[in-house]
Parts: sequence; C-alpha cells; structure tokens
Amino acid sequence: MRRFLASTVAASALALMLGMASARADDAVDPNTKQGGAITITYKDDVATLDPAIGYDWQNWSMIKSLFDGLMDYEPGTTKLKPDLAESYEISPDGKTFTFKLRHGVKFHNGREMTADDVKYSLDRVTNPKTQSPGAGFFGSIKGYDDVAAGKADSLSGVTVVDPYTIKFELTRPDATFLHIMAINFSHVVPKEEVEKYGADFGKHPVGTGAFRLAEWTLGQRIVFERNPDYWHKGLPHLDKITFEIGQEPIVALLRLQKGEIDVPGDGIPPAKFQEVMSDPEQKARVVVGGQLHTGYITMNTTMAPFDNVKVRQAVNMAINKDRIVQMINNRAVPANQPLPPSMPGYDKAFKGYAYDVAKAKALLAEAGHPDGFATQLFAMNTDPNPRIAQAIQQDLAAIGIKASIQSLAQANVIAAGGDKAGAPMIWSGGMAWIADFPDPSNFYGPILGCAGAVPGGWNWSWYCNKDLDAKAAEADSVVDPAKSEEREKMWSAIYDKIMEDAPWAPIFNEQRFTLKSARMGGADNLYVDPVHIPINYDNVYVKDVQ
Amino acid sequence: MIAYLGRRLIQSLLILLGVSLITFALLYLLPADPVRQIAGRSATPETVENIRRQLGLDQPFIVQYWHYLARLLGGDLGRSYIQRSEVTELIVSRLPASLLLMVGAILCELAIGLTMGLIAAVKRGSVTDQTLMVASFVGVSAPQFVVGLLLLYVFAVRLGWFPIGGYGSWRHLVLPSLTMGILGAGWYARMMRSSMIDVLRQDYMRTAHAKGLARGAILFRHALPNAILPVVAMIGIDIGVFMGGIVVVESVFGWPGIGQLAWQAIQRVDIPIIMGVTLVSAFAIVLGNLLADIIAPFIDPRIKLR
Repeated sequence: MRRFLASTVAASALALMLGMASARADDAVDPNTKQGGAITITYKDDVATLDPAIGYDWQNWSMIKSLFDGLMDYEPGTTKLKPDLAESYEISPDGKTFTFKLRHGVKFHNGREMTADDVKYSLDRVTNPKTQSPGAGFFGSIKGYDDVAAGKADSLSGVTVVDPYTIKFELTRPDATFLHIMAINFSHVVPKEEVEKYGADFGKHPVGTGAFRLAEWTLGQRIVFERNPDYWHKGLPHLDKITFEIGQEPIVALLRLQKGEIDVPGDGIPPAKFQEVMSDPEQKARVVVGGQLHTGYITMNTTMAPFDNVKVRQAVNMAINKDRIVQMINNRAVPANQPLPPSMPGYDKAFKGYAYDVAKAKALLAEAGHPDGFATQLFAMNTDPNPRIAQAIQQDLAAIGIKASIQSLAQANVIAAGGDKAGAPMIWSGGMAWIADFPDPSNFYGPILGCAGAVPGGWNWSWYCNKDLDAKAAEADSVVDPAKSEEREKMWSAIYDKIMEDAPWAPIFNEQRFTLKSARMGGADNLYVDPVHIPINYDNVYVKDVQ
Repeated sequence: MIAYLGRRLIQSLLILLGVSLITFALLYLLPADPVRQIAGRSATPETVENIRRQLGLDQPFIVQYWHYLARLLGGDLGRSYIQRSEVTELIVSRLPASLLLMVGAILCELAIGLTMGLIAAVKRGSVTDQTLMVASFVGVSAPQFVVGLLLLYVFAVRLGWFPIGGYGSWRHLVLPSLTMGILGAGWYARMMRSSMIDVLRQDYMRTAHAKGLARGAILFRHALPNAILPVVAMIGIDIGVFMGGIVVVESVFGWPGIGQLAWQAIQRVDIPIIMGVTLVSAFAIVLGNLLADIIAPFIDPRIKLR
C-alpha cells in the first residue's frame, strides 16, 4: 500500500500545480511471456451469474473481472489503482467532478467499439431499481442517484457524455472512494444491445470488453473462457483457455490436483487436509500465502444490557485468547486488534488494542457491576470451524464468569438475528465476516460500524451508532485530493482507534489466503493471492509448459 | 379401472398441492430474509424494500402462495434468487444427469440385490444365506456419504479404476450408481429371498422336481420369473428413496443432477429452487407409486384395483 502512496502523491503533486489532479498509467506486461495453454480450475458450487451488475460473491467476482472492464482497475497483485478503460482522468479541485478520457478502439466481444455512451448506459442500468443490483448503493454520491433509485428518473443526471471518448461525473459531495467505485465490478461496462437481447439472462450470456470471452456454459458442469483475440491490452491474457469445472468437492479437487488433473482448486485447501499439505515439502512449495482484506470479529449488541456498558465490552475484548483460536484453525490467520486488516490502508500499526488479560477483564466486569458474571447468548454459523471457534470463545468467557450459550445456526438465520435489534447479544462473525469490496478504509465503516448499518436488516450487528464518528467519516471521505491521502488515512485510523475505545467489537483474527497451484502454473506469487482477484488473477497468470 | 385411475389422479394432485403448501409455508416461516440475500450487504434499506416489492414478498402469505400456484399452473417455477436463472431451465438442464444416475442405480441394485436374494433363497439356512442377509442389512443401514467416500477412496484414488468424481462417461457413472444401488440392493436381496422361498414352496415346483427336471432349469425357467416379478414391481416405490439419496450422492461425486442443485439451494436459501426441486421430486414419487400400483395387477393377478 505504501507503493500506492508514493507514486500517486508524486504524480498528483505536480498536476495540482495546474489546478487539476490527473493520472495516467500503462502497466507493462513481461514481453518474454508467450501466450498459450489452458488451465482447469474447480469449484464446488454453481457459478451464480456473470452479470457485473448482479454478481457479488467471491467466486464470480474474479471471473467477471476477466470478462468485463471498468474505467479503473488495480495493478495486478496489488491494491494500487490504475486507469483501465479510461486512459486518464481529471479530478476538479473541489473533488466533486471526475472526468475520464476513454481509450480508443476498445471492442466488446461482439466486435462493436465501446464508447462513453456505453459507460453511461451501464451506470444507469446498475442503479435502476429494476436491475435489482446489490451494488446500486455504491453509486449514491453521483448526482441524480436518488431520483433513479426512487424510480423517478431513468438516467443519472450527474453522468454526462461529453464526446464518444470523454465522460464526466458530477457528485453531490466530494468522494475520496470514487475511483475505487469506478473499479468495482458493478461499474463495469456492458453493451446495451446484448443486455436488451438477453434481458434477465444476460448473466448467462455475458458480453464485455474483458481479456476473456465466454465460450461455453454447461449448467452445473463447466464454464469455459477463451482468450479475447481483440483485447485492447496487447499481450494479455497469457492463457488461451480456462475451464472452470463445477460441482467438485474441495477434497476431491485436492486429490485431482495431486494426480495432475487440475491446476487450482478454487475453494482452496480443505481444512481437514491443510496440515497434510503443509507438512509435505513438495506440496507446500506450491502454496502461495497472502493477506486478505478480511477481519473476523465478535459483535456485542450495544443496545442490550449488559453490553450497553462499555466496561463489559472491554472486558470481553481482554478475555479472548486470540492466539489459541488462531492455532485452532491451523494458523490460517493472524490475531487482530482493530477492525481494519493489516493489508488495508489506514491500518494503525502502532495500535496495541486490548491485550489478553483475564485478571483485568474480571476486574472490569466487577467495576461494571457484574462481579459474578452473567448469562448471555453467542450466535455463530453452523459450518466448521465456526462452532469450534464459538466454543473456544465460550470457554474464554467462562473464565471471567460470563456464561454464553451457543446458538449455532445456518448463515441466513444468524444474519437475520444480527439485523434484529433484540435478536442477538453476541455474534461470532465467522463465515459471514466482512471482506472489503475495495481496498479503502471507509469500506469497513458504513454498513458494519456506522449509524447507516444500525437499522433493522442492517449489517451493523453491534447496533453501534456514534454520530460524531459518522461526521468524522464523512469528513475523511471528502478529502479527495490524492496528495492528501496519507492525511485521510490518518483520519480513518483515528476513527477506528476511537471505535476500539468504545469496543462494540472484539476483533479476533484476519484470515490469510493459501492458494495451492499445480507445478505448471507460472507468474508472480502476488497474482495467486491478488487482493481483488480470488482465487487468482486469471488475466496475468501463465503456464510454464508453453514458455 | 377408469374410476380407480381417476380417483388416484385426484389423490395425487391433492398430495402435490399439499406438498407445495407445506414447503411454501416452511420456507415462508424461515427467519432468513431472501430479499437481503439478493440485495447483499451494501444495499440501502430503500433498495431492499424495492426488491421486496418487485418480488411480491411484501404481500401476505396467502397472496404469495396464490401467485406461486397461478404461475406454477402456467409451468413457471420462477427465477432463482441467487443464480437469477429460470428454475425450470436449471432443473431441466440437470434432470438428465439425475435420471441417468437413477437408471444406473436401478441396474446396480437389481443386479446385486436379486443375485444375493436368489443365492440366499437357494442356500436357505446356510452360512452363505446368513452372511448375505447380514451384508444386505449393512447395505441398507450404511450412510450413503460414507459408502460413497469409501468407494471413491478405494476404487478411484487407490486403485485408479474410475475417475475421481465428475460426469461424462460410463466410467463416471459406476461409483455413484453403486453407492445408490447398495442401499436398494439390501432391500431387494431380502425381498427376493422371501419371494423365491415362497415360490420354491409351491406345488408346481415339487411337480417339476418329480418330473426330473434339472435343478438349473427349475430355478431359472420356472422359479425365477415368478419370484422376480413382484420384486421388480417395487421399482416405482424406489423413486422416493432415490430422491432422498441423490442429494447426498450427487454432492459426494460432483454429479451435476438436481440433488446437487437442491443441496446448493438449501445452503444459499434460494427458495424458488428449493420449491422447484421439491415439487419435481414429489411429482416423481407420486408418479412412481401410481405406476407401481397400476402395474401390480398385471404382474400378480391376485391383486385387483378397486
């Protein structure tokens, strides 16, 4: 993340002298990498949809990125923003107008050239309530969003096509996250004629500008991507073909990888086999480890006694032995002391959090008027390892006198309990924990810790609402100038430090990613733990046997 | 006969209606909110309400059920909440795989079950008989996911005779069919044994012996056809057992049938798919039972339809 700061700060400082911030980037592809070859990826579950306006799970997220492009993207394997379909962009000094210049000659898979009209159409479509996009809310800062969301208008008034290769966005407020928003799948560009041709089935017949195009989709069996020969980014993708085999249990996928039949098990290494794989030097050498924009945490309902008392919440934070929990899951995570994961900009390295201290926790509990503890409930999802983790938390809480009974339920039921103000006193977030939509500190606040999420059906399961912090968050997000991004990150760090003082959560760990690949897979390690491409960056990896 | 058929058809329709009502009600009562599943975690409350309205999920239960039934009569099972595809399309695309597995399973269970039953009956009271009956008991009681994983480990991973899961060739079909078939084989072995013993006790068997017919001829030409028919007539009823089994077996072997579809839908609370698969399965079971009952008198004239 530091690299991101250094490069953009230098570039934009110069540009600011002209009154504008601008950026231009072209990432280099290793010229020695030959194109060709095919790989096989397996998944257990069906792929839901490949419509960029709708797909919102980690499985289709990365696949959509290979079929479609947005105005912005990230340098492969990093969280560093770069223009993608845009050639360059300009931000007005007040941070409320973004103007993008588009690349010339970018073609959709159907052969038609992509222009600014397509960008506008795609954003009108994703925000239109009829599309039922789970990502519509990301575009709330664009002028005219409210009218479109309410069904009063069909088109965003803040998006203007200046000419076929220039598009201008006017925002209602300065939005520092806007470039990230232009990089998320929901803003990816779709051709109107294909969307209208397939209607609600566009997700089964995706047509974009991406590195790959869909060659085959046999429901429940396989999806085949083939190289887009007209891809604007010369030299990419490296592979000719990717076959996604569906319906493969992770354990079966691992056995097939060991027999050399597949290249990457999309669902990862099954927990039961993790130690076996990691203790075999040959297999371990093919595992790539990386951070993930994920935090697993316990929420405490701040509106329910006794968790309405900050001392009780702090006591819980001190009572949990996080190291033991991390060991329980075979060290597939690192202990957490704050909401943000370490690989996220704004993560406060100096912050110490609450150390594991049973005696102090007991003392705090006594101060709060519960010297003998109390009885409560801990909700958790019923798939391994979550019930085991919940039991470990239960034991730790018992050590300070809190008797927590575990409610182990299906995911949807836990989510429902969390969204009900009187539903759940405590929730272990495992299996539903927050993974960032884009690498920006603001993404860990609004829905899960801000007042906006503390509503029935919301994701702020602590029901923590601090109006002062909401104002500070808005203030931080109005710092659009990339030159001040360090200042903005500090503002966010301060917000999360204050949250930890109020302790609505007990952060437990940040999951690490472990991607297992076949021996023939090539490319830098960070392509296999790419922060925005899970499991791997399909466009940039290659196979060694064609080199 | 016609009157009987008409009555059975009406009964069957009522059963299906009941199944649809009960399933719909159970899914309605789930604390999970399907709209939030669709809307995702970043959706604003307005978006959530808007989707709820569009899907008609803001309506009272009875109205929702009525709309579902009305669409169902037009052959429309709705659209999946998660996959956003037509449920009919999803089920139709996966039905051939499930039917193929079912045929494979029936062949396995008949081949194994009838053979075991026949041998046990002929060797009645012997150690072979007892061993076979214990084996059939084990087959009936072993959990299918254990049997499946065991077969997978031994025959695919260790011996490499068959592929490790997947779909496409006859070699892919063997292990899942066997896993499903072992359960039924246990039942058929027991039924075949008693049916065969029954037939062997008949007077005409004794007559055949007395006439000096060879033992093989007696068994295979005279006894077997009579013993086998009432057993085979049970296949229709098997469909119910299969519908339960495919959810497990298809998941273990990565078999792209409707059982796997159902299992995924249950995990994701994808209500239209759960409803669709339940109704299609219920339909298959009702149809299977109906056919079994209709065929019965043709096989055994002692049975009369009334």
